Amino acid sequence: MYEPIVGVEVHAQLTTSSKMFCSCRAEFGAEPNTNVCPVCLGLPGSLPVTNRKAVEQVIRTGLALGCEVGTLCRFYRKNYFYPDLAKNYQISQYDEPLTFGGRMELSVEGRPVSIRIRRAHLEEDTGKNIHLPNGRSLVEYNRCGVPLMEIVTEPDFRSAAEVREYLLQLRRLLWYLGVSTANMEEGALRAEPTVNLRDPETGERTPKVEIKNLASIRAVHDAVEYEIRRQYHCLETGEPMQQETRRWNEAQGITTVMRTKESAEDYMYFPEPDLVPIEPEPEWVEAIRAALPELPQARQQRFVAEYGLPEYDAQVLTEDRATADYFEAVVQACGEPKACSNWVMGDLQRLLNESGCSITESRVSPQQLAELIGTIKDGTISHNIAQAVLPKMWATGHSAREVIAAENLALISDATEIEKLVDEAIAANPKAVADYRGGKEKALGAIVGHVMRQTKGQANAAVVNELILARLNG
Amino acid sequence: MAADTKETITVQLHELTAWELTQKLQQREISAVEAVEACFDRIAAVEDRVKAYLCLTRDQALQQAREVDARRASGEALPATAGVPIAYKDLLCTDGVPTTCASRILANFVPPYDATVVERCSQAGLPMVGKANMDEFAMGSSTENSAFQITANPWDLERVPGGSSGGSAAAVAAGEAFWALGTDTGGSIRQPASLCNLVGMKPTYGRVSRYGVVAYASSLDQVGPLTRDVRDCALLLGLIAGRDQRDSTSAAVPVPDYTEVLGRDVTGLRAGIVRELLYGEGIESDVREAVEAAIKTLDSLGMACEEVSLPHSEYSLPCYYIIAPAECSSNLARYDGVRYGHRTERETTSVYDMFAKTREEGFGDEVKLRIIKGTYVLSAGYYDAYYRKALQVRTLIKRDFEQAFERFDLLICPTSPSVAFRIGEKADDPLAMKLADICTLPINLAGIPAMSVPCGFSGGLPIGMQLMGKPFDEPTLLQVAYAYEQSCDWHRRRPAL
Ligand SMILES: [Zn+2]
Repeated sequence: MYEPIVGVEVHAQLTTSSKMFCSCRAEFGAEPNTNVCPVCLGLPGSLPVTNRKAVEQVIRTGLALGCEVGTLCRFYRKNYFYPDLAKNYQISQYDEPLTFGGRMELSVEGRPVSIRIRRAHLEEDTGKNIHLPNGRSLVEYNRCGVPLMEIVTEPDFRSAAEVREYLLQLRRLLWYLGVSTANMEEGALRAEPTVNLRDPETGERTPKVEIKNLASIRAVHDAVEYEIRRQYHCLETGEPMQQETRRWNEAQGITTVMRTKESAEDYMYFPEPDLVPIEPEPEWVEAIRAALPELPQARQQRFVAEYGLPEYDAQVLTEDRATADYFEAVVQACGEPKACSNWVMGDLQRLLNESGCSITESRVSPQQLAELIGTIKDGTISHNIAQAVLPKMWATGHSAREVIAAENLALISDATEIEKLVDEAIAANPKAVADYRGGKEKALGAIVGHVMRQTKGQANAAVVNELILARLNG
Repeated sequence: MAADTKETITVQLHELTAWELTQKLQQREISAVEAVEACFDRIAAVEDRVKAYLCLTRDQALQQAREVDARRASGEALPATAGVPIAYKDLLCTDGVPTTCASRILANFVPPYDATVVERCSQAGLPMVGKANMDEFAMGSSTENSAFQITANPWDLERVPGGSSGGSAAAVAAGEAFWALGTDTGGSIRQPASLCNLVGMKPTYGRVSRYGVVAYASSLDQVGPLTRDVRDCALLLGLIAGRDQRDSTSAAVPVPDYTEVLGRDVTGLRAGIVRELLYGEGIESDVREAVEAAIKTLDSLGMACEEVSLPHSEYSLPCYYIIAPAECSSNLARYDGVRYGHRTERETTSVYDMFAKTREEGFGDEVKLRIIKGTYVLSAGYYDAYYRKALQVRTLIKRDFEQAFERFDLLICPTSPSVAFRIGEKADDPLAMKLADICTLPINLAGIPAMSVPCGFSGGLPIGMQLMGKPFDEPTLLQVAYAYEQSCDWHRRRPAL
């Protein structure tokens, strides 16, 4: 029985402010051909100078992936002709990459999966060709020379679900490290899986297929799943297969041939003579390692162990660093981890979504949310009322206690006041009283409901219950 | 008669060395504007025969000269050689002035920036006379590979000035510039210096910035001076040397005052005479004898000269003709007609067809040949057999020099195995043409500094001696060259044009 063998190559655009080999801005969405200079346009005589920040970001990522950092790292020229490639070669790495030999541990459908990382290295992005309806083509070089990190895995994936989990974890890691926006829709993260099948007994393999044009993690998952099925189908029917690059067609949910191995290019890699090799000093590497933040997988595990959160909560809260930071600030101020988790993932998240804010822009601070949770804990208000208080805090910027006081929302816990209301409720619901005494405990709800209606929900429910029972059973 | 007097003065003026002119400028005997005019008067008189320049920048030169004169008149402290006109090889980018590399593919290219060396010379107040002819993209040893014109050797107009910096050398030799910058990838400064009776230096790789120097073979290219004597060479090297943030391969080694060593005693300095390159096959006897005589002179000055062997130097030629074409095939890939330079006007069926037709029309035969060779040696399946092997041989050649420099302060051999050959003589014999560089190629592969110094004549044609030094030890070369120069007068001879 054949098994799927899948490897993934990811390109992530780094968050450096300038390009890889010149001082042009690396921003997204500027006017075409405005972020260009003699170097990134490849004018005669121009020379590249390496952006140290980009090197640092790749080393940072490599270390977070458990990679070794090379002691002598070289740039190579990858030679091919294309109009969007200003020099008609791309400065990339080949032998002697910046970092290599890492690992990522995943949990897929409850199973541990270990993926080996072959390398994380640095290269420059290309420009973009724009084809006009009149048959003419334009070239846009703003992206030409923007630093890209390439992360290549060994072919260790055995299913599309594993690939999806890897990309989710990798994206979260890049966010944590602050090295990439990792936005696939904007092209800041591109993933290209390589898929084939292998007979574990004979070692026989189907030809490798590389898939391109994948604009989301879901698309990667679906394309890998499709390609695995297609290759099994070819095996069964005896349809010939060949080493090729296939394009994912999102609309039809299929892959189609883009180019075959025969037309694949020889890139004639050779060491870039315009750049001296990079020899990362051990002190520098150690400083980068020391400055690594707590990584998302470790933090997720800690949230379960330290706060007793369910796996699901821990995963959602650690999806990005700011949310996890916010959550921890709330817990620190009020205890109650599970309640904090519910509020951050639930009501607060809803307000953030509605206003289009990120959590760092939240109009309710972690301390204010903690205070609100505290008012439930000490019986000042009910959970239901608290849910109404939060949007008011968001709108006014006031604290929970300020909103409660201004709107007179505190619970009535005064027994004499509630006693009067309980008596009225018992008098007004003779049928419920009879039912309760006849053994129907649920009938009590009507009496409680009456009191709550009278107080617009502000009566302390525990006190109300207690008093009704005392009256009826007394 | 007044007219005759003026004639006499200008003739003298254009024959001065840059340093002699500098002194006249500093003493206000003449102005920078007059120096520029002297160059252009001489150009008017001889350029139609020499054809050293692809482009003349008279207005710009006069403007720069006027600024120097005004600043000097105001008592401002100026760089010593401010006002001495210079010529640039046409692959040094000049802001707003065409830079063609003597290629049709860049015939209309006007860079928006100055090469670092040009910038430094401008800041030092050197007026730019023009852009000098060369072999297309610096590929050649005779300047016959220029797409635009053939430059003549001022010593014999039927002969080549050498190459690839032949235009720069001819301009200086003919009095059309006081000094010039060239580039040297395998001998392209030293060989034309030798053939034109000039001093020419290829500095240590990394000594001079390559920013704005249109690349032929990046790991071998280096900019250097072509001058009328050793002092001028030291002065011009001092202007252009030093670390440049824009060139990662430029070295952060401090730049000494290169004129300081001039006149210093050479007694006790040890010189290795490279056996293979002096007595080897292909070295003309007149050339050998002239260099031997020069070595005797150095001996008499107190130097200890002894033979030394560089056993791997014989592999320099094949090694060079793998590495240089490999780098060139990649460096020249950018000339595709998309962004600048020539683009075909023929019908094209695809963008690749456009690339192919553009490059077919834009490049000359020698350039195409090297691109094809370079592409071949880098191709999958050939890389190990050629390119990787060549890198290994390069290491061996470098090691030969390192070992020699354990015993010697400098090495000596001829610069060119022959004197200037006739135009067209080697055009159909590419191997003979390439053998013109056998003495100079190993130096670029090793990355060390070397210079050519006039050391005699054969049949009225100049002969050059090559001095080779340790990395960044240009001072020792200049010291020995100057001591030799003081004991002879070859460098004072001027061609009769
Ligand atoms: Zn740029």
